[in-house]
Amino acid sequence: MIPALGLLVGLAVGLFLHPAVPLALQPYLPIAVIAALDAVFGGVRAILDGIFNDKVFVVSFLSNVIVAAFIVFLGDQLGVGSQLSTGVVVVLGIRIFSNVASIRRHLFRA
Amino acid sequence: MSQPNSPEDTSARKRLLLMSRPRATKANVFAALLAILLGFAVATQVRQTQSLGLESLSQTDLITILDNATLLSSRLDQNARQLQVTHDQLVNGSTSDAAVLKAAQERLDALGILAGTARAHGPGIRMTIVDPGAKVTPPLLLDAIEELRDAGAEAIQVDTVRVVASTHFDQAASGVEIDGIAVRQPYTILAIGDPPTMSSAMEIPGGLSENVRQLGASVTITQAKELTVGALHTLSVPRYAHPVPSPAPPATP
Repeated sequence: MIPALGLLVGLAVGLFLHPAVPLALQPYLPIAVIAALDAVFGGVRAILDGIFNDKVFVVSFLSNVIVAAFIVFLGDQLGVGSQLSTGVVVVLGIRIFSNVASIRRHLFRA
Repeated sequence: MSQPNSPEDTSARKRLLLMSRPRATKANVFAALLAILLGFAVATQVRQTQSLGLESLSQTDLITILDNATLLSSRLDQNARQLQVTHDQLVNGSTSDAAVLKAAQERLDALGILAGTARAHGPGIRMTIVDPGAKVTPPLLLDAIEELRDAGAEAIQVDTVRVVASTHFDQAASGVEIDGIAVRQPYTILAIGDPPTMSSAMEIPGGLSENVRQLGASVTITQAKELTVGALHTLSVPRYAHPVPSPAPPATP
């Protein structure tokens, strides 16, 4: 409940403050957001599976974000930034889909 | 959906409910912090994407945008040239319009003086005829006018009456009438034109002065560098005469 409220608070703050993304972070923020979403859906799935652990969630969240950003950074350095970004987004998207499918099976038995 | 909830399903929902209950553990607070960060990042990224600059576009997109910009630029250039041409035409047109207007104004002035609807001033003569015996007749005055016109008078006024093309002289019981207006003695004739020419035309042997003097009246002529013919003639719309339409002038480009 508190994290859900936190999500709404963060959205509201972001919408009202109009923050500008620093130029150095611009390539990484979208990938980091996707990675964080993946962690969130994974956490919800873990709750439904009954194996949720606060610590695991926090660590997976942070590591997801950092690794995703690092992969993009590495890709940029190697000159394949956009391709690698696409790859990361595809992988994370597949994971999000499978997590959502699992959540759906738990909630609706379908 | 038709199935009744199985125990596993209920437990899953129960777990979700349990987890969503606020708990003040350190990890939960941390998770909430992360959630705030995530929400903030999502909102920021969405806003960033909406106001996206060129730096995140691919080469193909950039080339397309560049092509579009070049195309638009050349089109605007063409537009600007056309507008410049139009502007030049309008400027030149307005100067020629001004010339036309000036010519029209000059024509209007000339016609106004000719028709007696405009006051006129300039060099001319003032002729005063004192006629104690009341011998001066309308034909004599008409002769005087004709002589003045012959000598180049451009605007003539007798007493308070402007003399124009339609002016007529009558003999009435009270004296001379011009255009139906009684003219009292002494007759004062103002004429604008070349003063020496007009005064010598009046004074030539057998001319007006001599005729008037023979009738026992006296004529005084003074030349003036500047006098004003201030009387105006009231135009009336012709009842019977209508202008014949002139053939339309050929259209000029």
